[in-house]
Amino acid sequence: MSTSFSTSSARNVFYGGTAFFVLLFAALVFQSESETPKRDRREMLAANPQIAAGKRIWEDNNCIGCHSLLGEGAYFAPELGNVVDRFGGGEEGKAAVKAFIQSRPPEGISDRRSMPQFNLGERQLNEIADFLEYASKIDTAKWPPSIQG
Amino acid sequence: MQYQSQAVAKPYFIAALGLFVAQVLFGLIMGLQYVVGDFLFPHIPFNVARMVHTNALIVWLLMGFMGATYYLVPEESERELHSPKLALALFWIFLVAAALTVVGYLAVPYATLAQITGNDLLPTMGREFLEQPTITKIGIVVVALGFLYNITLTVLKGRKTAISSVLLIGLWGLALFFLFSFYNPHNLVKDKFYWWFVVHLWVEGVWELILAAILGFVLIRITGVDREVIDKWIYVIITLALVTGIIGTGHHFYWIGTPEFWQLWGGVFSALEPIPFFAMTLFAFNMVNRRRREHPNRAATLWALGTGVMAFLGAGVWGFLHTLAPVNYYTHGTQITAAHGHMAFYGAYVMVVLTIISYAMPQMRGRAANSNASLVVEMWGFWLMTVAMVFITLFLTGAGILQVWLQRVSATPSPFMVVQEQVALFYWMREWSGVVFLLGLIAYLASFFVKGRENAVA
Repeated sequence: MSTSFSTSSARNVFYGGTAFFVLLFAALVFQSESETPKRDRREMLAANPQIAAGKRIWEDNNCIGCHSLLGEGAYFAPELGNVVDRFGGGEEGKAAVKAFIQSRPPEGISDRRSMPQFNLGERQLNEIADFLEYASKIDTAKWPPSIQG
Repeated sequence: MQYQSQAVAKPYFIAALGLFVAQVLFGLIMGLQYVVGDFLFPHIPFNVARMVHTNALIVWLLMGFMGATYYLVPEESERELHSPKLALALFWIFLVAAALTVVGYLAVPYATLAQITGNDLLPTMGREFLEQPTITKIGIVVVALGFLYNITLTVLKGRKTAISSVLLIGLWGLALFFLFSFYNPHNLVKDKFYWWFVVHLWVEGVWELILAAILGFVLIRITGVDREVIDKWIYVIITLALVTGIIGTGHHFYWIGTPEFWQLWGGVFSALEPIPFFAMTLFAFNMVNRRRREHPNRAATLWALGTGVMAFLGAGVWGFLHTLAPVNYYTHGTQITAAHGHMAFYGAYVMVVLTIISYAMPQMRGRAANSNASLVVEMWGFWLMTVAMVFITLFLTGAGILQVWLQRVSATPSPFMVVQEQVALFYWMREWSGVVFLLGLIAYLASFFVKGRENAVA
């Protein structure tokens, strides 16, 4: 690189540029936080404590280790952000999700991928179903492109 | 090796390579589970294998960064480490904590691990890459603070160089952003949003500073090019990295319930993220072409050049491929992401750690370079692993394109598992590429034990 651009000016550009873009990012994060309440369905969370409990079941069983949720996670098993809709929506969808989780064979299925049997109780099943329903209501800018996730 | 205390890097490097082996073995298990679904089920279900695969990667890269730091800071600062004893103590704490965590993953169901480690008190578990029990996370913070204390004091008391300053900023940033792993709100959108403050601001932010500093250090040593020139390149590269990468975080905020303005901001800035990686490629080749000496360690030179090329391809090109919102709408959460993740992590961070190990290990064993026979075996390891990773990436990309088409674009989208069976051929080819990668890793490790006539003295 040319000698007219010295190392100390490069260093100053680094500190100045980084500071500027950190501040700009902070402004965008602030703006994002102010718009998110319109999209994140926090009113559902406030109305139904089962959703937060369901999120804990989701986390404590490491569901993200095989599935994706809103496209993030592992890609070994289906997307679950819209699974309640895929299974029929509303109460019907939630019942189907619960039935699926409950019916996994403990020893798996020969030659195929299978979900482990987590032995969840009725209450936990309801909580995870409520959590997944809540996830399906988040405004994701029309993602995923198809109901198959 | 100019300073006695640099030697504490050695156990870090050895443990890092041990975890690298574990990472690759569990990767092969997962790759096989993709096509033989019941392999090891229910003893090692996929999610458990994946935790070991990704967490081992993170821990061994951190160990590599720490080893690199302990090795290069004394030389840069022209003094011994503030406390080699602390460095060694922290090594054992970190290694034991990592080993116990892996044993926990494998020995008991994850829900049981969450229960016995008190996840109820401060729930942080069960999120991708942050699966470690909360107590392990606290341990990581303690180790990081002790490490930073040791390094910062050494740097402050000694000669200040651009390399040590940039490295220090990167390491402090790494520790700072990890603190977001303790924030886990019930609100899924906010959880996901701040989760990226760890993941993205690490790998597309502060880790690039660590990468540039390590690469710069090795290039100064093997090429003999003036520090002034190298420093300038480093500042230009990291400026580009942070200017594009910080707001580039927005490319993760397209579909997770965050406002849609991120589609433009994230798209524009992350589309520029390949530029710092391209600058890194130019940097490595330029410095080697302008070298003022022929360093006998040809393998270290090869790793340094390889880092430049593969980081650009994996992080830069494969990242750009799916970073724009209209493309990402279709590719988000498919094998395309997996393809990018594999080559980016290998090309940028695995290779830079192997670069410093390649340079520093012979020095710590009392020679400038290993014997010619050993260098040849190490370079076999380089080519086998690198070419295998290119094929892993290509096959996953092929699987990803088909997946996008069959599951999302087609007029009659097929269910996930139907599509998975249709693309199984690509998963088989990925698995065989993984076997070749393992052979390359074995060759690489074998090179440490190849004796032969010594090439040069330190």
